[in-house]
Amino acid sequence: MFAYYLQLGLRSLRRNPALTALMVMAIGFGVAASMITYSVFRAVSGNPIPGKSAQLFTPQVDGWGPQQNLKGEPAEALAYIDAMALMRAHEAKRQTLLYPVQLSVMPGGNRDLPLNANGYAVTADFFTMFEVPFRFGSGWSAQDDDARASAVVISGELNRKLFGGANSVGRTFNLGGHDYHVVGVTSHWNPRPRFYDLFSTSGFADEPDIYMVFNRALDLQMRSGGRNSCRGSITYTSWQGYLQSNCVWITPWVELDSAAEVAAYRRFLTNYAADQQRAGRFGWAANVRLRDVMQWLEYEHVVPPESRISLAVALGFFLICLVNTIGLLLAKFMRRAGEIGVRRALGATRREIYTQYLVEAATVGLAGGVLGLLLTAAGVSGVGILFQPEIARLARLDLSLVGLTFVVAIIATVLAAFYPAWRAAHVQPAWQLKSS
Amino acid sequence: MKLHPILAALRKHKAGTVLISLQIALTLAIVCNAIFIIGQRIERVNRPTGLDESNLFLVTQQWVGAPSADTADGVEKLDAMQREDLAALRNLPGVTSVAPINSLPLLNSSWTGSMSHDPGAKLGGNDNTRTAYYFTDDQALDTLGLKLVAGRAFTAGDVQHQGFRDQPPRPIAIITKALADKLFPNGGAVGKVIYSDGSNAPTTIIGVVERMQTPASGSWGNDFAWYSTLIPTRLDANFARYAVRTRPGQLDTAMRAVTPLLYKVNPLRVLDDDSVRPFSEIRAKAYRADVGMAILMGVICLILVAVTAAGIVGLTSFWVGQRHRQIGVRRALGARKIDILHYFQIENLLIAGIGVLLGIALAIALNLWLMTRYEMTRLPVSYVLVGVLAMLVIGQAAVFVPARRASNVPPVSATRAA
Repeated sequence: MFAYYLQLGLRSLRRNPALTALMVMAIGFGVAASMITYSVFRAVSGNPIPGKSAQLFTPQVDGWGPQQNLKGEPAEALAYIDAMALMRAHEAKRQTLLYPVQLSVMPGGNRDLPLNANGYAVTADFFTMFEVPFRFGSGWSAQDDDARASAVVISGELNRKLFGGANSVGRTFNLGGHDYHVVGVTSHWNPRPRFYDLFSTSGFADEPDIYMVFNRALDLQMRSGGRNSCRGSITYTSWQGYLQSNCVWITPWVELDSAAEVAAYRRFLTNYAADQQRAGRFGWAANVRLRDVMQWLEYEHVVPPESRISLAVALGFFLICLVNTIGLLLAKFMRRAGEIGVRRALGATRREIYTQYLVEAATVGLAGGVLGLLLTAAGVSGVGILFQPEIARLARLDLSLVGLTFVVAIIATVLAAFYPAWRAAHVQPAWQLKSS
Repeated sequence: MKLHPILAALRKHKAGTVLISLQIALTLAIVCNAIFIIGQRIERVNRPTGLDESNLFLVTQQWVGAPSADTADGVEKLDAMQREDLAALRNLPGVTSVAPINSLPLLNSSWTGSMSHDPGAKLGGNDNTRTAYYFTDDQALDTLGLKLVAGRAFTAGDVQHQGFRDQPPRPIAIITKALADKLFPNGGAVGKVIYSDGSNAPTTIIGVVERMQTPASGSWGNDFAWYSTLIPTRLDANFARYAVRTRPGQLDTAMRAVTPLLYKVNPLRVLDDDSVRPFSEIRAKAYRADVGMAILMGVICLILVAVTAAGIVGLTSFWVGQRHRQIGVRRALGARKIDILHYFQIENLLIAGIGVLLGIALAIALNLWLMTRYEMTRLPVSYVLVGVLAMLVIGQAAVFVPARRASNVPPVSATRAA
């Protein structure tokens, strides 16, 4: 029976090609606009580390006070003194400190020009906490942290440029005038948004090239290659003075597995800030935060406003297309009131009429879905006009988006057809037979 | 023409009437707000930076294995390297002037601070005025094409140099007119003394330029978008930026010559694809999202209006077909063609009228919602009025073809079966 209704539906669609084309186009455009904007929204609002986002937390401690902090919120990173204090206390199972570094690989081998190498100064736990995948070797150990070792982990891309993609563990190369030995080579790893460094990036930067030992970077007096934010009048003149200042530039992360651990860590942070107040370093009451990954993304407004607005506008557009479809389906179905009357008089039940017209609507939805898919494919490659290339690259037409396009097109059209089909099913057979 | 028969007919087509007015209402609400957003974005994009933007490009480069800027000795070495680069660039054929500079308008890399009338003011305090610094030299005004409106420009003798992180006194500065008006509302900023970044050392304003935007193109910089300060100091670090002005028509040639030239001066540096960029590219990148948003909204508006118009055509055609016989009866009873035409036009006007009334409410509601969620301002009444008028006109245009077909129904069809 379904096949028969489908056949009837297709025949009816062919009868009014203009009206059919109008509906298919409305559905197609509406679905495509929604899907294109959704593909971007999905990419920027996704969870960058789904398995662990609820266990990773970034502690914040207010070292600026109510006069100078961010409208009551503590700074988005830590000053050196606070960062080192949290690290030394070791109150979490795993913890890391990090800040961006900008280095250059000196010429050597067959390269006669230097090469930029941007990355992060991190501690040993970074790799286990964030589940960094390795192609060769691994991260370094806590002993390397303490020994202030010149170990580095490099990206697969830098490994290709420097060592032709071979296993380079144990090899050394010169970064900005100092030799480093490779302990690990990562597979492609660039979580988006880059939750672990939203202080210096907007969350959508290219994959880092290197990861070096945090203490080693301090020894070399390497300044942050990213943001640095200070309060009060700036008085420091030396590296030591800089470390003692209230300038924030280090992002801390801790891994906490249970609600009890989270509560304990929060108590520890509050106690730490209170101690600083008692010691006279802070002239204000403890003001601390402990946000997990998703809360941190939310707080840092990672999703660009363009993405939300365009998604909202596209959904509104789709809604109008559906209202349009309801009207056109109504016109189309009611034009065949006579035919319905005959079928009802010959014994078709209301239910059968209902099914027939919903199947007809579904075929419209299917056709709209096909058109929508073509437009989505064209649109996804064109999102570069609206978003920066780093974000536009994230929008992809994958299998789930293809499926979603069809499902949304068909379900929306069938929903839109409920009222017109209901009207069709309630045609009075006697009335129709009499009037024709 | 009496409204009564139209209303009576509409009452029999409640669903169609409601659907068309709903569609008109939603279209009005979205189109009004979308066009408002387009207008705002275009206004933002068209703001002049104050620079003469043609024939200007920027070089960003980084030295490798360079001396540290934290030691006095290193600073001198870095400064010598920078002067070497500047001399080479200034001798390049087609180049008229070159200035070292830490950033440019719209580059989104800013050094911000605050200006105060009093020494030793705290950063971030309320009595301060935020500003963005441009550290540059005596060729800055010529290179950037800034217009001096008061005082004098920097001379070679004014130019100092400092390590990137040092905080030496800043004896003189040129500020923008916007900043001068903010600091000295009564005018006469030239010769006055201010204190920058909570310093105790005075800074004398020696000149005022008409206009110069800060590097921040994002909304966080809106509060001080025109408060720029020029300091005659070369910053010494392991990286440097140079703004270069060329003779008209020689931009491309000069840009191509830069990379080989700088490598010849000193090969131990990194210059990549983005290192030499014309200002037009900096502008396009800064406003990419704004332009893209305007295009997206424009396309959606067009399709939306087309879909709505097509919907009106479709539904009216259906009604015309349905009332074929009644139209024949009216014609047979003496109605002229124009009466039939007017009937459908007035019917559409009524439906569209209900639609736009609802649409005005929806447009304002949508605007209020956008205001709470995003940085939007209140929708001006003129946008809504123009939108209302446009929707009514579109409705009339869409109804014309089916209505004319209706008016062509011959009176004889009254006698035929439907």
